Amino acid sequence: MHNKTIREILDDLASGEYSSREITSALLTRIKNLDPALNSFISLTEDQALAAAEAADALRSQGNARGLCGVPVAHKDIFCTKGVRTSAGSKMLDNFIAPYDATLVRHLAESGAVCLGKTNMDEFAMGSSNETSFYGPVKNPWDTERVPGGSSGGSAAAVAARLVPGATATDTGGSIRQPASLCGVTGLKPTYGRVSRYGMIAFASSLDQAGPIARTAEDCALLLESMAGFDAMDSTCIDKEVPNYSASLADSIRGLRIGLPKQYFNGDINAEVGTLIDNALEELKNAGATLVEVDLPHAELAIPTYYVVAPAECSTNLSRYDGVRYGYRCDDPRDLTDLYTRSRSEAFGDEVKRRILVGTYVLSAGFYDAYYRQAQKVRRLIQQDYITAFDKADLIASPTALSTAFKFGEKSANPIEMYQEDLYTIPANMAGLPAMSMPCGLIGGLPIGMQFVGRQFEEARMLNAAHQYQMRTDWHTLSPSVYGSAK
Amino acid sequence: MEWEIVIGLEVHVQLKTRSKIFSGAAVDFGQEPNTNACAIDLALPGTLPVLNAEVTAMAVKFGLAIDAEISRRSVFERKNYFYPDLPKGYQTTQLDEPIVGKAIIMLELEDGTEKAVRLHHAHLEEDAGKSLHEDFAGMSGIDLNRAGTALIEIVSEPDMRSSEEAVAFLKKIHSIVTYLDISDGEMSQGSMRCDANVSIRPMGQEELGIRAEIKNINSFRFVERAIAVEVERQIDLISDGGTVAQETRLYDANKNETRPMRSKEVANDYRYFPCPDLLPVELEKSYIQSLRDSLPELPDAKRKRFGGDYGLSNYDASLLTQERPFADYYELVAAECSDAKLAANWVMGELSAQLNKEDLKISESPLSAAKLGQLITRVIDGTISGKQAKQLFELLWTEGGEVDQTIEVKGLKQVSDSGAIENMIDQVIAENTQQVENFRSAAEDKRKKMFGFFVGQVMKLSQGQANPAEVNKILKEKL
Repeated sequence: MHNKTIREILDDLASGEYSSREITSALLTRIKNLDPALNSFISLTEDQALAAAEAADALRSQGNARGLCGVPVAHKDIFCTKGVRTSAGSKMLDNFIAPYDATLVRHLAESGAVCLGKTNMDEFAMGSSNETSFYGPVKNPWDTERVPGGSSGGSAAAVAARLVPGATATDTGGSIRQPASLCGVTGLKPTYGRVSRYGMIAFASSLDQAGPIARTAEDCALLLESMAGFDAMDSTCIDKEVPNYSASLADSIRGLRIGLPKQYFNGDINAEVGTLIDNALEELKNAGATLVEVDLPHAELAIPTYYVVAPAECSTNLSRYDGVRYGYRCDDPRDLTDLYTRSRSEAFGDEVKRRILVGTYVLSAGFYDAYYRQAQKVRRLIQQDYITAFDKADLIASPTALSTAFKFGEKSANPIEMYQEDLYTIPANMAGLPAMSMPCGLIGGLPIGMQFVGRQFEEARMLNAAHQYQMRTDWHTLSPSVYGSAK
Repeated sequence: MEWEIVIGLEVHVQLKTRSKIFSGAAVDFGQEPNTNACAIDLALPGTLPVLNAEVTAMAVKFGLAIDAEISRRSVFERKNYFYPDLPKGYQTTQLDEPIVGKAIIMLELEDGTEKAVRLHHAHLEEDAGKSLHEDFAGMSGIDLNRAGTALIEIVSEPDMRSSEEAVAFLKKIHSIVTYLDISDGEMSQGSMRCDANVSIRPMGQEELGIRAEIKNINSFRFVERAIAVEVERQIDLISDGGTVAQETRLYDANKNETRPMRSKEVANDYRYFPCPDLLPVELEKSYIQSLRDSLPELPDAKRKRFGGDYGLSNYDASLLTQERPFADYYELVAAECSDAKLAANWVMGELSAQLNKEDLKISESPLSAAKLGQLITRVIDGTISGKQAKQLFELLWTEGGEVDQTIEVKGLKQVSDSGAIENMIDQVIAENTQQVENFRSAAEDKRKKMFGFFVGQVMKLSQGQANPAEVNKILKEKL
């Protein structure tokens, strides 16, 4: 049962092959058996899951099943879930029981999805290896000595290990796509504004976007259909009809123009990664796509710009964690300053502190113009690069990550090296564009992903191309040997 | 040395919205602590602000009312600092791109002159909660009911030159926001409060002196006194060879003094930057026009109309029009009695005095405008005398009742029946033969005073109810 995709589960539930309660309880058992070695979940919500599964089965028996009715999923622990601890991977919120559901959580519940639990993540989504989680790192199911990527490492690892067929995640600079690449699964970061951010714990508000991680592009389409949609509670959420993404998956991609940024395909790509990307592009050509070179002249500025904008926003987004109303509070504060200082010092991890400090610095009087204002200007240049590139191409392809999963501790000592992990993923966040990663091969037994970046709100075109690619290849069906059956 | 006083005001006006500026929580004061604070007001993880459209409309109306530049695009920024009653760790406010731009506000002063004060801008922001330092045994309580309440902050240039002008400015703002019904303007409840930037400089000097900022003054009277006492302090300080420190001070009304607030170690760096959770506010021309069309008659227009329609002096008209309910009351009285000047005298005289004495608002007056109008009508038609009118006013004020019925029941009707008055006059003449003799033989210039004696006797006999005009007429004939 655990090897089934969401599409297959929906078909099986419809045909009565098994009930939602059966698969839910099978997966819960599987999580309890296997996850201690992976650490991909922070919390399991067994009772709620079984109740939701039974409710879904009842709906189905009444003929009222729709959407994802009865499909087990997991939420990244960054989404508020009513009555359940919502930690954001931080000691700061270890004791925080959310009193409300995030809009995305509500949307999925309304479509009948069954939440099994909350997945592990880098603290406040700040990290590319899951090593910054207060709950300890998630292990990569392909090699437990290696990182799963971050920050949505828990969601990616849980899907890769067949603990759950799909999970929600968030992406501020690559946090869906990079772990998807490192864990050999498919992940989609939608257009900024496509999915409500209400109830999603903020890291960098102008960059954060929620999206699905699943095994296939088709499953991502199904999940996104339920996740997306206008929400009056989020001013940056866009009131635009949600297309039926799964309906266009089977369309031909004949004539699709795939752009290859010359700044990426210039010999700097890791040779093995480059070969796999070339093979994948060849498949897409076979399916009728054409390849064109595109120019992203400001691509190299993406990382430095990101590391001004994201810390600036996070430095103030995280000011609310002050030990006053909820979350961690230090013991016996002497006075107000002591309460603030010790609560925050004791409960935030190093990476979070580093970014708060950087963000505070770049917003300070005298530095604002040189850093934050300048970064916003560069951001507009990056956006303009894409607008121009999309005159020539319908999608832009590149590797998702620099290489396969690295070992624990390999990069955590050097933040700058860790930040380089996001080289290919950050520009899509800076430009607010949809982007996804799909498995396109193995190097030394470890998966690697290819990235697509699409025009604003053209998730459907991207999913269509990814699905066509997956129809011709079987990289997305591979699973780490101990966690699934190799097809 | 002669000093010039320089004052700039920042007026915070709480907008009369049903819900908060960025959340759906109700704005309703006097409730149990933290009962009107939702997840957004508490800054729970994951919550986001959504701008209340009512707030934008109110700010634009204010801008239109003072003929200010309205920004087609304005931007909310985060002002970052830590304080327990500031749940997000930043206040959402406007800085570089406020919704209301420059304007000029004209003040009518008591001496009949006008004074122009430039408005720097007015911006929208959210209020903080309240810290309660008593009753918690060494700890502080936080009440977030007020957190997220919509404020418009109105910032003047340093154009005022006396505490009287500052009060006039504040009253003008109060008048405009209450006319627009965008605030209840209750200073005692904190719906309107102001910070005064006060400095002095030698008369004739161009350069501004160092200013002190007096924070959170919450009554017209305190503004006047706080500024006066601060100016005195600065003059003494400089005269003694000292210098004024640029600092924030608090006015203590009990001691009638200003004193420095707890000084922050260093100047705060608020790290303002545009709030990424809110979109810039973009206003369509048609939207602004529709708000312009919805504006009520404003104090200045009403004042001019009162001058023209009712023939009132500019100052009287400005007093009557300062508060909209007061002006509305006056207009009802004037319409009822059809004598605008008499109506003005009664409203600004007897009625205002009584309201002030009992510290009542016009809306709380026990005497309705219609009744006051009827009362004046009875004076005009001679049913009651001026003196009886005052008695009647007091009766209606304290005991209530209808005008004509009270006149009837209390026997306040003046006697205008010439037969009855003639009888009384005959009686007075018969009882005072000597005085009649004296009067008749007296010279014309002495007679006036002596005539008063007979009037007095008749009035006494009538127990004050005889119509004086009638008495005069008949008495003259008889004598």
